[in-house]
Amino acid sequence: MKNLLSAGQLSGAQAVEILDIAEGMADVNDREIKKLPTLRGKTVVNLFFEDSTRTRISFELAEKRLSADVINFTAKGSSVSKGESLKDTAQTLEAMGADAVVIRHSASGAANVLANSGWINGSIINAGDGTHEHPTQALLDAYTMRKRIHGSASMGKTLEGVKVAIVGDILHSRVARSNLLLLNTLGADVHFVAPPTLLPSDSSNFDAKLHYSLDEMLLKEQPDVVMMLRIQTERMNASFFPTEREYARYWGFNAQRLGQLKKSAILMHPGPMNRGLEIDAVSADSAQSTVLEQVANGVSVRMAVLYTLLSGERNANAS
Amino acid sequence: MPAKSIKENYVLKNVMLADGSSADIQVVGDKISAIGSGLEAERQIDCSGLVALPGFVDLHTHLREPGFEQSETVLTGTQSAALGGFTAVHAMANTMPVADTAGVVEQVAALGTEAGYADVYPIGAVTVGLEGKQLAELGAMANSKAQVKVFSDDGKCVYDPVIMRRALEYVKTFGGVIAQHAQEPRLTDGAQMNEGAVSAELGLTGWPAVAEESIIARDVLLAEHVDSRLHICHLSTAGSVEIIRWAKARGIKVTAEVTPHHLLLTDELARTYDSVYKVNPPLRTQKDVEALRAGLIDGTIDIIATDHAPHPIEAKDCEWNAAAFGMLGLEIAASVAQEVLIESGKSSWTRLAEVLSKNPAAIAGDLEQGQELKAGAVANIVLIDPTTKRKVVADSASKSKNSPYVGLELPGAVRHTIYRGYFTVEDSKLAEVGNN
Repeated sequence: MKNLLSAGQLSGAQAVEILDIAEGMADVNDREIKKLPTLRGKTVVNLFFEDSTRTRISFELAEKRLSADVINFTAKGSSVSKGESLKDTAQTLEAMGADAVVIRHSASGAANVLANSGWINGSIINAGDGTHEHPTQALLDAYTMRKRIHGSASMGKTLEGVKVAIVGDILHSRVARSNLLLLNTLGADVHFVAPPTLLPSDSSNFDAKLHYSLDEMLLKEQPDVVMMLRIQTERMNASFFPTEREYARYWGFNAQRLGQLKKSAILMHPGPMNRGLEIDAVSADSAQSTVLEQVANGVSVRMAVLYTLLSGERNANAS
Repeated sequence: MPAKSIKENYVLKNVMLADGSSADIQVVGDKISAIGSGLEAERQIDCSGLVALPGFVDLHTHLREPGFEQSETVLTGTQSAALGGFTAVHAMANTMPVADTAGVVEQVAALGTEAGYADVYPIGAVTVGLEGKQLAELGAMANSKAQVKVFSDDGKCVYDPVIMRRALEYVKTFGGVIAQHAQEPRLTDGAQMNEGAVSAELGLTGWPAVAEESIIARDVLLAEHVDSRLHICHLSTAGSVEIIRWAKARGIKVTAEVTPHHLLLTDELARTYDSVYKVNPPLRTQKDVEALRAGLIDGTIDIIATDHAPHPIEAKDCEWNAAAFGMLGLEIAASVAQEVLIESGKSSWTRLAEVLSKNPAAIAGDLEQGQELKAGAVANIVLIDPTTKRKVVADSASKSKNSPYVGLELPGAVRHTIYRGYFTVEDSKLAEVGNN
């Protein structure tokens, strides 16, 4: 594997392998000296065309813990806004000898274009492309679920039979798309819950059960995992729903809904949270919430992805 | 109109006419002087196995000049047209400056005459600057030397229903027609590709079929109300075909076009995120392709028009959202028409000549184009080798390279194009014409 562009490109075996490697990386993250020499001499560029401090520092930490040379390239504004074009940026990084580029971009498919363009030879890791995908988020979410469900016996496990409900702005969510693909690969049972305005008009290619009502879904499906999605501010005044209050009332997670969850069920959120909108404080800070575990696991999973892609490249070069 | 100084006199031997019969065609000067058997002249061109049709007429071409000469010029665009078998093109108004005054349309027409590869009929903008707010001086363009008959804000929809109504009414003064780019702007804000199952997966903002169909429905009703002629550009959905079929059955004076790409390609291609497949209206689904093909065959759709839309490399060599809309089409249209009408076994060369020549000339009122091949007609002739299969290559007379067909195998090849008596394409190669 050279690039990680989509959660859908991973076979079940590949996904489990990455999650297993992440277990080992998590052990490193618990040590006093949280560092491996694995990527010494490798240059990794975090190419962020869109603000995302959380994702960037998570990758940066992962890269540094693997001893890579890290460059942060924040190119605010893409060719859309007449800044430097993706092509020129990519070729510049290529000329500087980047071994891997972690790209975050507001345009769906930007990572695919970078990987297929021939502008750059290094590995491409998609750190979120528009409303398309965010595969490392899906991996860290799967890791978090597996860890909560199987604990120290997680190695080698899939998510067979786990019922996951993803709630919120499915239409615009790269997290939902990547999770859908990876969760299906790992054998989970995926449910989407959203108002019809925040679902694609044609979801026939989505291998998920769709629900409009969060309460009905909770009652009927008794999910093992509920994942709340962030409502972006730009949706709030575009008639996707009448008001934030009404959204919170019907699709927000709150103490009352928390009470309906199975005791073993977990509540996830990719962050950053709009407390009081899609999730209330009681739920977000409850024992069932995995929000902070997701952040910690993100570093381990991204270390595993970098290790998988870049050590693969080294083997290929050696042979 | 351009004419070579040398007086042409030759015979095209053993052509196959659209009806399947065989004949010789004699050309003297810029006219067909005789059609029959055993015609003789000093210069005889063996055309055995070639289908002879009236030269093609494109009602929807972006020649980009003035203003965007890095993409195309009138010369390169008409050279590309000639290679595609066209002897006339209608140049869309979205140039810089916009073709919304007599001065600009006359300039474009003059550049066409100077190039000498095809008749260039400028299309005038409906509204000033294509902004949809105020009617452009339609009468001045109609009465200019360019004699504009077709008006369009193509690229933008004449969205305001009052402006559309007035335009439809006003052009009756001089027998004009409004060609509508049907796209409800609010429903397509930020749209990138067809809204459907594929856009849902790709996370690209959808361009729903209803945004096209709702405008077409409104406009056929407006055309009926004011008893005007309406032409709909680039139909792309099955629902649009249904609306046009309904409107025609009702006697509304509406005509419709379909592009080669909407007859052949689908939104599945967007999965590559290769912006060569980004076009407006977007590539739709297989169901839409089939409805468009059926509509073309049964007469609901009147013409094939290319929407040839050249863009420089940098406008496509980028992420999908940042890329320009549009694709080339002039050199491929005849092959796509042959694929849809002839290779399918569902239609005929007569129909192909209607949709690529006779009907577009009639819609636009081009009196010296789209004529039946007969003695006395202007010698605009295309000769096609129907048996050849060709793998489309990137090489083209266009200044731009944004062809979505590269690598596909398509039937037929334009062997010769004769424009007003002289060859603009001979043995599939551009000929030098008088003024160049």
